[in-house]
Amino acid sequence: MAKVLVVTSGKGGVGKTTSTAALGAALAQTGKNVVVVDFDVGLRNLDLVMGAERRVVFDLINVVQGDAKLAQALIRDKRVETLSILPASQTRDKDALTPEGVARVIEELREKFDWVICDSPAGIERGAQLAMYHADQAVVVTNPEVSSVRDSDRIIGMLDSTTERAKKGEKIDKHLLLTRYDPSRAARGEMLRTEDVLEILSIPLLGIIPESEEVLRASNLGMPVTLSNPTSAPSRAYFEAVRRLEGETLDVSVPTERKGLFDWLFKRSVA
Amino acid sequence: MSFLTSLFGRKTSAPIARDRLQILLAHERAGEGQSELIAKLQEEILEVIKRHISVDQDKVQIKMDRGAGVSMLEIDIEVPEAKPAAKAD
Repeated sequence: MAKVLVVTSGKGGVGKTTSTAALGAALAQTGKNVVVVDFDVGLRNLDLVMGAERRVVFDLINVVQGDAKLAQALIRDKRVETLSILPASQTRDKDALTPEGVARVIEELREKFDWVICDSPAGIERGAQLAMYHADQAVVVTNPEVSSVRDSDRIIGMLDSTTERAKKGEKIDKHLLLTRYDPSRAARGEMLRTEDVLEILSIPLLGIIPESEEVLRASNLGMPVTLSNPTSAPSRAYFEAVRRLEGETLDVSVPTERKGLFDWLFKRSVA
Repeated sequence: MSFLTSLFGRKTSAPIARDRLQILLAHERAGEGQSELIAKLQEEILEVIKRHISVDQDKVQIKMDRGAGVSMLEIDIEVPEAKPAAKAD
């Protein structure tokens, strides 16, 4: 039974696309058939973060409008064979996405994959609504920062009211993914702690992704971080998050980078 | 930690962020209804006052303070001075 997962946040720039790529790749790396779908029409970036930007021929809108077959638009990842990407359109108007068309594409994806992961655009408008509408589960990406937490609260409200499941009176599983977390700043009282965010948003914690240089390095390379450096702290956090998505119960910790003397010297010399 | 903060005389900011969020979200979750209520109250209170005295819109100040337990809607209306004729003794 395929699962549709939306990665959403309300606020922009908190790590939705990075997390979509990392979670999608991590699931695929464990052998699952995964497609990541970019719903950010007009500002597509998932293809770029995944290193597939030069292979885009058709996109989600072409499929929604019947100009291309789904199989023509899907791009198979070159590194993980069970991972595919369905890019968004860069040029088209966001109104080109119709609810009926999206419903048809999601239905078709459900038949082909174990996991359909939808990367939502920022905001609470139409695009975000369409991205979450068919979801069975949601990952709410949040930074430990006031505006992000507030927007996540709004999004959680929408997940409980405007999705297909909510309208049918069913529950949608919501998970909190805390990103760009700095445990030492949180310990010093300079950053909201995990417990604070959990208490405020009161949804279960999927994982804590520590602030890490590896994330930028991965996007520079066009690779999900779980592929570019699978043993790095953020990758370990994403791999654990994926195990929780699959139903395992694990204690949540903040993975830390194992830094050597060389890293330390190098960091100082460029600073 | 408390030793350090007292040493540098600077409070940590995260607890403040948490408290601000808790208050804000408690109100936002109460939903649209509440913000409509405030707008309605404001409108009707002004209407009643206008029936008795002429109120200059520029002389009306409305403040909102949403607290954890209580919210305060403060409507400050400057009542025009009585005419000089009435003051004469």
